[in-house]
Amino acid sequence: MAFEIVAASRAEQAKTTPWRHALRTGLVLGGAAVFMAVVGILMMFQNRPIIVDTLTLGYATLGLTLFTAGLLVARRGLFGHRDPTIVGGVVAGALAAGLPALLAVVMSLVDLRGVFVALNAPLLAMLTFHQSPAWLGAAGLLVLGAALGGAGALFLQLPDRIRRPLAAGLIATGLAGMLQELIRPILANSRVTKPLHDLLYTWSGLTLRGAVIIFLVVAVGVLLWHLNRPRIEAALDHLDPQTRRHIRWAWWGAAALLAALFPVFAGNFIGQVLLVVGLFTLMGMGLNLEVGLAGLLDLGFVAFYAVSAYTTALLMADSPYALAQLSFWQAMPIAVFVSVIVGVMFGIPVLKIRGDYLAVATLALGEIVRVIVLSDAAAPLLAGANGILQIPRPEIGSFVLGTPVSLFYLTLAASLVAAYVAWRLGESRLGRAWMAIRDDEDVAEALGINLIQVKLLAYGLGAAFAGLAGSIFAVMLGSIYPHSFQLIISINILALIIVGGLGSLPGVAVGALVLIGLPEMLREFGEFRYLFYGLAIIAVMRLKPEGLWPSAARLRELELDAETVAVQQAQVAEQRS
Amino acid sequence: MSGAVLLKTEQMTKRFGGLIAVDQLELEVGQGAIHSIIGPNGAGKTTVFNCIMEFYPPDDGQIWFAGQRIDGLTPDRVAVAGINRTYQTIRLFRNLTAIENILVGMHIHLKSTWYGAVLNSRGVRDDEAHAHAEARHILDFVGLRGRGDVLARDLAYGEQRRLEVARALATRPRLLMLDEPMAGMNPRECTDMMSFIRRVRDEREVTILLIEHSMRVVMGISDRVTVLDHGVKIAEGKPAAIQADERVIEAYLGTTDKASKQWLTTQA
Repeated sequence: MAFEIVAASRAEQAKTTPWRHALRTGLVLGGAAVFMAVVGILMMFQNRPIIVDTLTLGYATLGLTLFTAGLLVARRGLFGHRDPTIVGGVVAGALAAGLPALLAVVMSLVDLRGVFVALNAPLLAMLTFHQSPAWLGAAGLLVLGAALGGAGALFLQLPDRIRRPLAAGLIATGLAGMLQELIRPILANSRVTKPLHDLLYTWSGLTLRGAVIIFLVVAVGVLLWHLNRPRIEAALDHLDPQTRRHIRWAWWGAAALLAALFPVFAGNFIGQVLLVVGLFTLMGMGLNLEVGLAGLLDLGFVAFYAVSAYTTALLMADSPYALAQLSFWQAMPIAVFVSVIVGVMFGIPVLKIRGDYLAVATLALGEIVRVIVLSDAAAPLLAGANGILQIPRPEIGSFVLGTPVSLFYLTLAASLVAAYVAWRLGESRLGRAWMAIRDDEDVAEALGINLIQVKLLAYGLGAAFAGLAGSIFAVMLGSIYPHSFQLIISINILALIIVGGLGSLPGVAVGALVLIGLPEMLREFGEFRYLFYGLAIIAVMRLKPEGLWPSAARLRELELDAETVAVQQAQVAEQRS
Repeated sequence: MSGAVLLKTEQMTKRFGGLIAVDQLELEVGQGAIHSIIGPNGAGKTTVFNCIMEFYPPDDGQIWFAGQRIDGLTPDRVAVAGINRTYQTIRLFRNLTAIENILVGMHIHLKSTWYGAVLNSRGVRDDEAHAHAEARHILDFVGLRGRGDVLARDLAYGEQRRLEVARALATRPRLLMLDEPMAGMNPRECTDMMSFIRRVRDEREVTILLIEHSMRVVMGISDRVTVLDHGVKIAEGKPAAIQADERVIEAYLGTTDKASKQWLTTQA
């Protein structure tokens, strides 16, 4: 029955006339523009230049929305021919601009600030391009919308060799402007790249000259590549396989080397962000053993992280609570071992619990650690809410790993070791046993798999990864407090392995970059970054439900499901005819 | 066929609330036999399997297997003792490949440890290589050569049934319990499955305990048949004797008139 309804709605969608689609697209994107204006995102973006004195992020976002209206209309290809498609794009763009234009007119007549605090004079000025009668500016916005919508529709009709360089140039220019705070210090720091910096940027951002240069260089580069590609590929084909393999290895080696050296040039802010991403990658790989391989949903993973961080602190800190004054290299293995023990103890009470109930039970166990540390009973030992301070940095010989960048390399090394271990475990007899209990616990047990043993190994080994991360976390901050170990960390780790692709190792790193790195980079947008964070999660789950870098098996699984749906739809259609 | 008893249940009883699913069952399965359990729907056949495998421990009575008492063990210990089974509804590890399913079945016979796997020691590599070779061999035996790298869920129905047998065989059982292995198969496939079951018994020296609905199959393949009704054993003997047994006919058809008898024999 449900399938028939789905099939019916699909059929209706297919019947949509091109004009109805253009209208709907325009209205949806116009609504999005109005939403961004009302919640204040647009105005916040308006204060952020992309090209100094020429283009702000606010106008770029608005323009991109209008352009997208045209793109979406053309992408469905309902109009068939080129000219009507462009007309459709114009209509959709004008509609998308119409809603914010209407908002501007209303704002000029009525003061809406009592309802929405973001609907203020600067926003009105922005939407009307600083024109004095508001309706004149609003009309201008409408015309701009029509033009951009038409341009969006036209853009998709262009031949590849023109469209690709254009798109690449625009994207590169946009990125150069958006990420200027990241790029500028890197270029300005070295004497070699300083002239390049002066050519493209001023102290406040990308200059118009810089934007034109970047656009031209990238667009021409892509165009040349596009024109010469067949020849280059033919030349490559003539090489013997050995040389080709070498070239490929050289490429990958160079890329890996560049990526690994990037933090050195990028400085301490980026180093710090990548360090946190690395810690979450470590924990993600651990949780991946539990959730991705063994199917044991765990919302209390932060407990192992906390235990290890506190163990490290107690063994290293220059504080009255410390038990010893070990070096990091002595304390870290002990801390990892302690988290393994805690992991196993954590596993024992939940051995017989399955599925959703397991999630709730582990949630509670995860909170216990934080509550114990905060309690009065443990305060004489663990310092309660005051935390343990003055944890020294790790040292190699006389070199102190004091900066975020040097600690990042420590994390990178730990992650590489951990990734190797996780990969070997996944391929092993134990890994197969984990996947078996994930698919069907009863059957796995009936085949001779000792559930107690393999489940406790999953918890213990997963905890070891979190222990490694917790130990580095303690020396990174130099002081630890119970409030660093909130439930949100467990949830973040679970979210990042799902977004990255459950059961996939590279997926963990990609997920951590997107879900941990991105919000850190968006810090300047304050609380709005959580909005982007939420949007990013929804977008990934909607567009790529198998994750950003799925494991091979999971990918096949989802493909099959799509296939099943298609077969069922075909059957429904057959029954009807 | 030797007369030795491989599996024996004494007074085995299983209750679910007020329902007595299996009532004081006395069952003896001879070494090397193909022994069938039949009975109407809800007679407690699958519950017998679940009790033997210790999915549910029986409430009363004892289960002996090869001289060892197995009731009260956990399922994984029962598997180690040498019993395995397939399921009425296919329960493969759907997201694993065929060969991985068999490798999971070989779990108890592999020795590699997780730290050995991390260190990639020579012992582990040899162990894995042997395991893969044996898994391929079992795959050939059940007629799935070349299908090893296909996900279990992507196999055809008949292939999934055979893969389930293969996975159970990988544990090297002495007693293999098959729960309606021919369900949903056409007559041709049933015939194939019958000869396959005989081959399993003969070539791998496995005793078979079989639940099956099709009278044609049961009468054609079994050395011995046990009939259950409402958890009680109502008849036991050679297939021919069972076919003539009035209690069996009544349990199946509710009457013992001539037409019913006729029906039961034509089914065979």
